[in-house]
Amino acid sequence: MNEYLDLGLITSFVPAASSFAGDIDFLFDLITIIVGFWFVITLATLFYFMIRFRRREGVKALYISGEKHSEKVWTHYPHYGVIAFDVFLIGFVIVVWVNVKQTLPANEDTIRAIGQQWSWSFVHTGADGKLDTEDDVNTVNDLHVIKDNTYHFELQSRDVLHNFAIPAFRLRQDTIPGRTIRGWFKPTISGTFDLQCAEICGRGHSMMFAAITVHPDRKSYDETMDAIRAGTYESHFEKKRQLGPVPLPFTVSKSETDSPYAIELAQSF
Amino acid sequence: MGQQAEAILHETEAHDAHHEMSFWDKYIFSVDHKIIGFQYMFTGLIMAAIGGYFAYAFRMQLAWPGEEVPFYGLVDAAKYNMLVTNHGTIMIFWVAMPVLIAAFGNWLIPLMIGCDDMVFPRLNRLSYQIFLVSALVLILSFFVTGGGFGGAWTSYPPLSAVAAYNLTNWGASLWLLAVFLEIVAFLLGGINFVTTTMNARAPGMGMMDIPIVVWMINIAVILFMASVGPLVAGAVMLFFDQRLGTSFFIPSGGGDPLLWEHLFWFFGHPEVYVVLLPTMGIVAEIITVFSRKKLFGYRTILYTAFGTGGLSFIVWAHHQFVAGIDPRMANVFVVTTILISIPIAEMLFSFIATLYGGSIEFSTPMLWALGFLVSFLIGGVTGIYLGASALDVYFHDSYFVIAHFHYTFFPITIIGMFAAITYWFPKMFGRMMDETLNKIHFWGTFIPFNGLFLPLFLVGMAGQHRRIADFTQYPDLASPDLQSIRIFATVSLVILLLFQFVFIYNFFNSMFKGKKAPLNPWKANTLEWTVSSPPPHGNFAELPTIYRGPYEYSVPGREEDYWPQHLAPNQ
Repeated sequence: MNEYLDLGLITSFVPAASSFAGDIDFLFDLITIIVGFWFVITLATLFYFMIRFRRREGVKALYISGEKHSEKVWTHYPHYGVIAFDVFLIGFVIVVWVNVKQTLPANEDTIRAIGQQWSWSFVHTGADGKLDTEDDVNTVNDLHVIKDNTYHFELQSRDVLHNFAIPAFRLRQDTIPGRTIRGWFKPTISGTFDLQCAEICGRGHSMMFAAITVHPDRKSYDETMDAIRAGTYESHFEKKRQLGPVPLPFTVSKSETDSPYAIELAQSF
Repeated sequence: MGQQAEAILHETEAHDAHHEMSFWDKYIFSVDHKIIGFQYMFTGLIMAAIGGYFAYAFRMQLAWPGEEVPFYGLVDAAKYNMLVTNHGTIMIFWVAMPVLIAAFGNWLIPLMIGCDDMVFPRLNRLSYQIFLVSALVLILSFFVTGGGFGGAWTSYPPLSAVAAYNLTNWGASLWLLAVFLEIVAFLLGGINFVTTTMNARAPGMGMMDIPIVVWMINIAVILFMASVGPLVAGAVMLFFDQRLGTSFFIPSGGGDPLLWEHLFWFFGHPEVYVVLLPTMGIVAEIITVFSRKKLFGYRTILYTAFGTGGLSFIVWAHHQFVAGIDPRMANVFVVTTILISIPIAEMLFSFIATLYGGSIEFSTPMLWALGFLVSFLIGGVTGIYLGASALDVYFHDSYFVIAHFHYTFFPITIIGMFAAITYWFPKMFGRMMDETLNKIHFWGTFIPFNGLFLPLFLVGMAGQHRRIADFTQYPDLASPDLQSIRIFATVSLVILLLFQFVFIYNFFNSMFKGKKAPLNPWKANTLEWTVSSPPPHGNFAELPTIYRGPYEYSVPGREEDYWPQHLAPNQ
């Protein structure tokens, strides 16, 4: 829906890489305009009163109870405005929600993501397009999909709650041990994006990261799958992670190690 | 009060007059509501210092990952989780609730409704003693083998239920025990508050003559008592899962983690209003006094508080939009969640309307109250984003959530607390606070507070999620721009914390050396300003009679611009 309204507030930070990312960005922009309007009006009124009615010698305050109808309307009319905007908003919100979470459009392929302390296992269907068959391709922390294909996902967990989160897709969904949670997405931009666990899952939560690679076409995808099968695959996730430390404007103390998580990581495996 | 009770009261009064109480009886095992209020307040302030220190440690880690934090040391993953978990738990259960509800509830209710003490003074003392034990148990949990609990203040199972998953075997159980004890303490205190307000008001004080802050504390307490049942049950079940091998919440044994989420948030969301309403009441008292105005729409504000309280029971699942509940259920909770903006907006509008035509004096309590309105407004409007289920698909557990609820909880807890302390300080200690230092402290807190939390909206929009100890390990979040935002927020926090020393100095210096306070320094109407400062045991020399509501300021035809509640019409 962002063809109607696009302030680009979120896309200035993260690309909108799935079919419904635009709808969610649209909602953000819409709410920003509506609540921004109320926020500015209310704040302006507050500051105007603060300045206009500051204490001055010899000026006595008015006596207004706010219980009379003629006085109440001053808070009630703006209030009806709030209700009208609320109803308007709820309409849009439910339309987008039903599309993103409540419906399951026809799909080209299915993937399975399994969360465990503290990594993601992914299952790709292989040539037959079905999970749990001989030609499934399993990866760790590396998910591969093809641009403009609709995917169903099955989320599972081996131990505690995790959350399958891909910010570029505007997607978050908890995984629960003992259940399979289904949903869908359709990538629209190729590239490698962060895939995070967004639900605290224990000591290693901070290092439960992964990457999703959106391939521009089936050829590139098939080549990667073949490379994984043949064991010659160079992990996109690992490649993406090797960025080196972020330059800091200044430091507060000496650090002898790369990061405490590096130590933690080494100790826990 | 029955005749018999009155006889007993007279007897105890006569008894009290006989001998000087020892320090021990007077300050430690006191049954005086004011001393118990102080006990809660000082315990809460000490816990606030711990919570602030934890925030400092983990914010430093986020800004300069992997470096030794000055005055703390290296923050590794286990410590980081422990710090964020206990920062949240402390600030909500051991700061917001004891200071806003227990401390000011204890202090203000008997004084404002004109009675000599709570109706159950010994229950009141027991409530604080259990609370103190709960705080000690929580502090103990940081030092046991394995360290403090690190499964977030929401403590979702199975992580919180199974020691092999959370790796804090005893930390998790002690944390849970501490929360349980804290709840027991507040249940005892809460019964006392409501009973006192309903039964012990001064003659002439009708339900619509009760100061708003007393109403708000009572509504908050009723909300708390009505919502906490499921959490108590849940806490016991979780404790059994941890220690007795049951499987209420563990799927491998047939349990359901989502059940805990429902039990927790059924309490957790009303809890927001439990702490919000007392601050709303504090702000109502302050803005009427310092603008010399009658409160705009006393009944409207009261009914919106009831409305907010009622609605708060049917919004809890907006914390679980993406938790795996049936997606159709979200549509119901979107409607109820967005609807809660209606009573809250009405309440804020009424507060702003109160300023209209006023004579506003920008004293420190008023600055805090206005600061509350401004910053809570930001917290309120950003709640609309998160209540919108479809947008929550992106923002769930992101820094946008953190920024939003700190824009509600910081104004409620910290700003509300400072507003109340600076306003009632003259009555509490009989001395005035230093106004210049107070103003320095206000600006030194308010500006860095915005510098701390406004940037977090931005990193939230960038998709940064919560409870991560080092964002530089995520390629998309490692950009130098985002890191500069994190550093800016951390530096703001450090400045904010440094300015608190101004307050600590001013507080203790004024307590002992401040200018002597007159009986009614702000020319307020409510009854607490008629007793001597600090009020003696038993409060009123002569129990007052009430002739009018608490907000009769600038009444036409009266020379004075205030009209205390206890003055007879011909006086």
